[in-house]
Amino acid sequence: MRGVPPPEIPGRRRSTATEDLLRGIWKENPTLVMLLGMCPTMAITGSVRNSIAMGVTTAFVLILSSITVSTVRNVVRHEVRVATYILIIATYVQLADILTAALIPDAHKALGAFIPLIVGNCLLLGRQEAFSSRNTVWRSALDGIGMSAGFTLGLTTVGTIREILGGGTWLGIRVLPAAFEPWVIMKLPPGGFFGFGLVLLALAWYYDLKKRRAAVQAAIATVTAPARERAPALERAR
Amino acid sequence: MIKTHVGILLSAMLVNNFTLVMFLGLCSFLGVTNKVSTAVRLGLADTFVLLITSISASILNRWVLNSAPYLRIVAFIIVIASMVQITEMAIRKWSPTLFRELGIYLPLITTNCAILALAIFQTNRGYTFGEGLTFAVGAGLGLTLALTLMASVREKLEVADVPAIARGTAIVLIIASGLSMAFMGFAGLMSGS
Repeated sequence: MRGVPPPEIPGRRRSTATEDLLRGIWKENPTLVMLLGMCPTMAITGSVRNSIAMGVTTAFVLILSSITVSTVRNVVRHEVRVATYILIIATYVQLADILTAALIPDAHKALGAFIPLIVGNCLLLGRQEAFSSRNTVWRSALDGIGMSAGFTLGLTTVGTIREILGGGTWLGIRVLPAAFEPWVIMKLPPGGFFGFGLVLLALAWYYDLKKRRAAVQAAIATVTAPARERAPALERAR
Repeated sequence: MIKTHVGILLSAMLVNNFTLVMFLGLCSFLGVTNKVSTAVRLGLADTFVLLITSISASILNRWVLNSAPYLRIVAFIIVIASMVQITEMAIRKWSPTLFRELGIYLPLITTNCAILALAIFQTNRGYTFGEGLTFAVGAGLGLTLALTLMASVREKLEVADVPAIARGTAIVLIIASGLSMAFMGFAGLMSGS
């Protein structure tokens, strides 16, 4: 039973390398679409700087653990795979914790306990189980890069809303006039829930609009199509 | 002595509520709060696991991690996950009724970031064994409170007329922001001591 990789999901065509890379950025965006890794999305998005720092740290852990997991995927027994993945992730998180403390001490202090807590981010274990355990090293690295870019994008979106409304600045640069009274609440914990709620509302509104437009287009098409088909026949009849 | 314990308990439960103020354990907060009875059970199971975690973390910190602090995250993860697994097996053997009540929630809890956060906070703040236990009870009760409040609101929400685009996670997040705002009122509780 040694070294049997998990079975392929039947009925699914193999994706191309570009798809693997781009999947995480928009279509399966971990934050905005899959709703994975909620805790950091709301906890450390008070400013854009922290959001980016968290995104980069998570990217470090995700890309390296994806590469490691896909390297050992044929050696790890199926029964102990989750424990193995967690251990691999925890090792890289510990590395990230030490590295950020040494390289960017300010960000390390601001992110606090949320760097060790990357271990608990379901995005990491989810990608290992869903992707890296079934794919080659190269593809897994691409998937890790895409997913972490998507995660950073999601964090930065929430961070942008919270920082602009909560302080009138973006990445420390003033964007709203000084006369703007900052909504301090957006920087505080309730703003985390509210800011992310706003982002999800906007996305839902966009998809709803798109769906309704498509429905209208389809309706127009069904109404006009028979007429257009009928037109030459009418011409001939005349 | 008693004052410290009461302070830790109230701080963990209300002022720094794990879910609504610290954003920990949001997966279960957003996912498993459809019914009040489920939420209460999950909260109590959480409290139980937090107590086990606090004990394991104290033991690890005392005898193992002092000489190898760089193993902290790895050690916590392994020990907590295996302790929860062992407890689950023990409960199944000794009390099948309790196992049926808790059973499905235990695996869910292991991946809850509140658990690992408790171990890390306890270590960073240098709590003693007893203070750690108080902290775990406070955090657990705080989680139970937040889950129950959320579930109560969501039960009423079932019959409310929510705009189509807000249905699902968006409305839950906006309600959570209201609850979180209410919990900020507790901040004044600690400044006196």
